[in-house]
Amino acid sequence: MSPLHIKKGATSHSAYNLRSTFSDVEERHTLAVLVENEPGVLARVIGLFSGRGYNIESLTVAEVDHTGHRSRITIVTTGTPQVIEQIKAQLGRIVTVHEVHDLTVEGRTVERELAMMKVNGQGDKRVEALRIAEIFRANVVDSTLSSFVFEITGAPDKIDAFADLMRPLGLAEMARTGVAALLRGD
Amino acid sequence: MVIQALKDQGVDTVFGYPGGAVLPIYDELFQQNEIRHILVRHEQGAVHAAEGYARSTGKPGVVIVTSGPGATNAVTGLTDALLDSIPIVVFTGQVPTFLIGSDAFQEADTVGITRPCTKHNWLVKDPDRLSGTIHEAFHVATTGRPGPVLVDIPKDVQFASGAYQKPAPEKSYYKPQVKGDREAITELVAAMETAKKPVFYTGGGVINSGPAASMLLRELVDATGFPITSTLMGLGAYPASGKNWLGMLGMHGLYEANMAMHDCDLMINIGARFDDRITGRVDAFSPRSLKAHIDIDPSSINKVIHVDIPIVGDVAHVLEDILTIWKSRGRKTNAEGVARWQAKIAEWRKVDCLRYKPSTGTIKPQYALERLEALTRDRDRYITTEVGQHQMWAAQFLNFEDPNRWMTSGGLGTMGYGFPASIGVQIAHPEALVINVAGEASWLMNMQELGTAAQFRLPVKQFILNNERLGMVRQWQELLHGERYSHSWSESLPDFVKLADAFGAKGILCSDPKDLDDAIMEMLNHDGPVVFDCLVEKHENCFPMIPSGKAHNEMLLGEADTQGVIDSTGAALV
Repeated sequence: MSPLHIKKGATSHSAYNLRSTFSDVEERHTLAVLVENEPGVLARVIGLFSGRGYNIESLTVAEVDHTGHRSRITIVTTGTPQVIEQIKAQLGRIVTVHEVHDLTVEGRTVERELAMMKVNGQGDKRVEALRIAEIFRANVVDSTLSSFVFEITGAPDKIDAFADLMRPLGLAEMARTGVAALLRGD
Repeated sequence: MVIQALKDQGVDTVFGYPGGAVLPIYDELFQQNEIRHILVRHEQGAVHAAEGYARSTGKPGVVIVTSGPGATNAVTGLTDALLDSIPIVVFTGQVPTFLIGSDAFQEADTVGITRPCTKHNWLVKDPDRLSGTIHEAFHVATTGRPGPVLVDIPKDVQFASGAYQKPAPEKSYYKPQVKGDREAITELVAAMETAKKPVFYTGGGVINSGPAASMLLRELVDATGFPITSTLMGLGAYPASGKNWLGMLGMHGLYEANMAMHDCDLMINIGARFDDRITGRVDAFSPRSLKAHIDIDPSSINKVIHVDIPIVGDVAHVLEDILTIWKSRGRKTNAEGVARWQAKIAEWRKVDCLRYKPSTGTIKPQYALERLEALTRDRDRYITTEVGQHQMWAAQFLNFEDPNRWMTSGGLGTMGYGFPASIGVQIAHPEALVINVAGEASWLMNMQELGTAAQFRLPVKQFILNNERLGMVRQWQELLHGERYSHSWSESLPDFVKLADAFGAKGILCSDPKDLDDAIMEMLNHDGPVVFDCLVEKHENCFPMIPSGKAHNEMLLGEADTQGVIDSTGAALV
């Protein structure tokens, strides 16, 4: 039997968006969930993930349409194809969820994350931290004689790489926003 | 404003229990006569009664309870309704908005607590949005896959007067898909035309879709001649007297139904969800069949079992399309193959899987239900049950000819469901015969509702199969836990006849098979609530049984089959 005529990007009936067999391979997917901006909507989404035992690698949320009361939640999750399909279908069931997009399936995406890192140090280490920050195009947003706070934007692995380099140079504290993602092209 | 909104939604009955935080609503209730209020004795009972009302009428059940403990007591009923997809609208009082978050008296985070056990819920802080939210609540509860919703209303919002809006469901952004994909339906019809060993596997979704769905199902089954089985939730959608009826499937389903599921080459799932009580061992579930699944909820598809032809849509709409397409293509089936298949099924039927050892000394529970069936078959009858062995025996031995006649807690398995549910059914159908088939342990969980039955003179019949045991627990302990019967007997049971008497109801005790018919007739002829204490065989096991971790063709048919059949992995599966 033909596997369900999958159209790329067809999330309006995501149940059709199925693989012909269940695979055991874990995949990483980035989901964009457009929700009604009302109290409790984030709790519904998070409660769904914890209640049904799904993974959240990162989650960001903010209102993106003030007049339309819409917020966009970007979730990075991992799971087998079957679990990913379930996650999308379960998200779609939530009454205040308007749209669920699987950006990983729908096309090429651009993903960005912002991080701030506090690096304490003096002398050579301090100079080295600043030099590497320039290579990574990180900005200094706060400075004392013995510390910097760097702001860096990029794909998650770029931020990971920068953090790895900062660690021996005195990385003391880090804050990350989680991934925001959009499809490329129009 | 709440009452006005209920009237505009066509509500004629609410089940509830007053308290501090809902006094303004109760004051409004007092000053009108259009909506009848049924005072229960516990909030859990209110929700189950509303479920019984909803399932026997197809209309949403409405509940009003107070804040804090009123709301938390409703949680079991809400979860039950969520798992069985029953439309319920629960109104809870809440402390005034300016006290929310202060740990005020009888304050609980009701929307937080009930978020995972409702389809949706709302806390209304703005009086102007109250009526609109109530209408939206009814819309969400009854549209798509039905389910329970909750509206939490702070006391100051109840007192306030806001702008009233009339119902306008077309304005809602909640619009589930009801029409199935035509291409997929055509694919299914094509498969139906060639299948040699087809089977319909139907569920509660057929009942929830409304009476039209059951009529279309009957037409389709009878026109194709395909055999049909149903889950516990779907009994009655196809009549038990129908010639293609296989009986219930699943863990305690009939041999012929489970064997047909295992051996079929085309499985057509209509409004069922491949529950673990149905599938048994998933990797051995119906290994050689092409599977089609019709469900209104996209998340049900491929959740447990991979299907080849998924159809998202409302059962009635999809069945109508199947019939139209199948007829337009010339009403074809593989008649020869299906005839051979029916002959094979007839062989399985000869196994007579429901047979049991009769007894002249004690009442066998199966015998009690056979007699109940025989003596009530021709009546306008509604059955509710509690949860356990009696529930499975009722499903096996009672015959259901129509939808909405069978109310049982399927998904959650809530002991204590049946008695309040029978009250809700009787309220909706005052002239009908309403029987709750119960076990003594389940029945005691909500026995306080005897007060409700007495107050409203509801002639509900409580048919208690009393084995002085938690029968299903005992059965599992016998089969799985070395016959160590840990806390599974009912110690210090009340005298049920005196108990009934104390509430102003009638009590009947029966322990001899010879007296059973007369005792049942006495119960049926009494115009009022009856508690029927039927003392049955204490150690009877419920068969057939698919043990946990086993496949459909590995059924146990009787005591002789039970030695050492369940291994340790199966024991963990419940």
